[in-house]
Amino acid sequence: MASATEPVLECRGISKFFPGAIALDAVDLTLYPGEVHALLGENGAGKSTLIKCLTGAYRRDAGKILLDGEEISPGSTQDSQKLGIGTVYQEVNLLPNLTVAENLFLGRQPTRRGLISQRKMLTMAGDLLAEFGLRINPAEPLSAYSVAVQQVVAIARAVELSGKVLILDEPTASLDRDEVQLVFSVVEKLKARGLAIVFITHFLDQVFEISDRATVLRNGRVIGTRELKNTSQTEIVTLMLGRQLEDRIQDRAPARTGDTLIELKDFGKRGVMEPFDLTVRKGEVVGLAGLLGSGRTETAGLIFGAIQADQGEALLEGRKIGLGSPREAVAHRFALCPEDRKNDGIVGDLSVRENIILALQARQGWFRPLPKAKVNELAEAYVKALDIRLASLDMPIRLLSGGNQQKALLARWLATNPVFLILDEPTRGIDVGAHAEIIALIEKLREDGMALLVASSEMEELVAYSTRVIVLRDRRQVRELKGDEITTSNIVAAIADDTMAEAV
Amino acid sequence: MIRSTHLPLLITIATFLLAYTLCASQYPAMLSTRVVANLLTDNAFLGIAAVGMTFVILSGGIDLSVGSVIAFTGVFLAVILRDTSIHPIAAFVLVLAITISFGAAMGAMIHYLDMPPFIVTLAGMFLARGAAYVLSTESVPITHEFYDTLQSLYWKAPGGGRFRLTGMIMLLTFLTGIIVAHRTRFGQNVYAIGGGLSTARLMGVPLAKTTIGIYATSGGLAGLAGIIFSLYTSAGYSLATVGVELDAIAAVVIGGTLLTGGTGFVAGTFFGILIMGLIQTFIVFDGTLSSWWTKIVIGGLLFGFILLQKGLTWATTLRRKPATEFAAQS
Repeated sequence: MASATEPVLECRGISKFFPGAIALDAVDLTLYPGEVHALLGENGAGKSTLIKCLTGAYRRDAGKILLDGEEISPGSTQDSQKLGIGTVYQEVNLLPNLTVAENLFLGRQPTRRGLISQRKMLTMAGDLLAEFGLRINPAEPLSAYSVAVQQVVAIARAVELSGKVLILDEPTASLDRDEVQLVFSVVEKLKARGLAIVFITHFLDQVFEISDRATVLRNGRVIGTRELKNTSQTEIVTLMLGRQLEDRIQDRAPARTGDTLIELKDFGKRGVMEPFDLTVRKGEVVGLAGLLGSGRTETAGLIFGAIQADQGEALLEGRKIGLGSPREAVAHRFALCPEDRKNDGIVGDLSVRENIILALQARQGWFRPLPKAKVNELAEAYVKALDIRLASLDMPIRLLSGGNQQKALLARWLATNPVFLILDEPTRGIDVGAHAEIIALIEKLREDGMALLVASSEMEELVAYSTRVIVLRDRRQVRELKGDEITTSNIVAAIADDTMAEAV
Repeated sequence: MIRSTHLPLLITIATFLLAYTLCASQYPAMLSTRVVANLLTDNAFLGIAAVGMTFVILSGGIDLSVGSVIAFTGVFLAVILRDTSIHPIAAFVLVLAITISFGAAMGAMIHYLDMPPFIVTLAGMFLARGAAYVLSTESVPITHEFYDTLQSLYWKAPGGGRFRLTGMIMLLTFLTGIIVAHRTRFGQNVYAIGGGLSTARLMGVPLAKTTIGIYATSGGLAGLAGIIFSLYTSAGYSLATVGVELDAIAAVVIGGTLLTGGTGFVAGTFFGILIMGLIQTFIVFDGTLSSWWTKIVIGGLLFGFILLQKGLTWATTLRRKPATEFAAQS
């Protein structure tokens, strides 16, 4: 069907060199009208470089880009937009202070006698959004709507401006399940209109749900293009990683758990989390499962003192302790890697080295600086131990890929030599390879006798490393699974059971 | 329907009406056209400068040079009319050309050198004030029959109020400002830059053109304010209008414009000016209060409006609607 028609966009032998590295090595990509084409690969595989060559943010060093059979060389994002290639990024690149209509028509407002006609603009915006299945008031400021709606508005703008090829660069990364459906319904409509859509994401399920074909990149090369109808997830993952994922669930070491480390009784805060009891022993990974908004992040925050509990008590090795602030928690050698890496975790403009020693230095007090040699030694040791890939310890951490940032954050807390490590969504937004490494690291820390609490939305992942899984729902603990009970289906059942009980 | 973005404007208008009612209930004479006319005349130059400042603040910037530019314009006009025989209109054109280019140069520095507006316009403030001193350190009177003609132009309203030309020019400036802000691409681009510089760039807003245009507008309007001020005082004095830029900023903020840029209305600034003028008038009427009370009340109002804006921003985020509500069921 799709392949019977002429391709809209063809990339032939695109190469891009950076000093000391080949980012893209003779990459071919063919897009047909009316197809959703997933672009897959680990971080650093060359996805974003390829996109930047297409949108004109980078100049390619070799190769051809053919749009409708004619060679193009976009010099800027505006250029490529005029040619017909629109891009929508994970962070909504629209202006929250302007109205929806103003965002849609900025730079090409309908005018009457030289002045912008607001009324005409609102009508046009309403009609345009209706085509995308969105019924919102275009006179409202964009900030009044959720990220998903904003994302659809961004797509609408991009399609209006370009109209041949739409590149979606991780558009669903910060959306929940319902919101993803909203975006996908729009993508389906565009597909029916005959647009060629490039879809980049880390969520393989979403790839299989919406895409027709997938091209896998690794180390700047195209490894393969597959029709997704006849492909399994395993095959795609194998292509991405270049190696077979071993089944980790089998070789899980038997729970050799030690003494009780931390015990929480009736811990909670009104309006945030129902009081709960929680015991974590040394050498144990307690998983926190639940849907978005079920209280996973809140539980982590409460234990770390980032959210102040208003009831209950906490015991550390039998002694009563206060957990009023993260400072206190750090003093008790707790550590928390937060979910929102960008805002709550990294200090983007500081170097990787400074980011790694931040927590240790903070615990020491700012007036007793760590000796420079010690700092270097620590940072280098963790970069090596966690295999953080970087050009230099001095580079700002924001330049690292998501997975490497996450590892640097882990290093920050491991440097404080914690007894209790809380990880909130440790694998969110990172590629499959780093994903596996982080899981391996969690297991290693457990074997070394550390107590861990891991909140995650990925159930397979929880199953892989947890010794116990606590299922949360509506900010309440509803079930605890141990040993062989820990399976994906049991977790789902635990979440679903209660949902049904509630519905009756 | 009332949009949350309109709320600060409505609150400003409500504040003005409330203040006016309170004043009038104490001094019924404040309702006379004479008071209204004087309110416009006395604040004409400040109002015009505040229109320019509104555009600057909407774009997320600041212009500290306004007061100095007004003083410079006054001294320049006084000196050139004293020492040469050129017609005031030619002098007006000349001084406007100077102030517009001055503003445009500041805008170009801000854009091309990627410098904070605060520093660039601070330098501009010293430059313009210094230039005024160089021209003359003394107050130079302006005596020209064309000035007398302009000053004698007014429309006498029933009740004895004299609506002078200067007040009318201010109203005209506000009207033009409103249209430019909401009905032209330049105006929309100003809002866009205020909403986020890098996003605006990605959305194709011509940054250089717009930034230079914004500061040229502010410079030009400061020049116009200077002309009006020279008509008002019939003199040019290099020590005049110190700190007027701060009054203009205050009027803009009381008018409901966010100092961080991107949100606000030119019309709000008009009411901000009226509120500040009203306080002044009330103190004159009272006669026993120190005129410094003006500053205290304005300070209090500023605090109030800043808190209000914070509250509104917070409320908007809270009200954010879920996506699913809006998906059409087809």
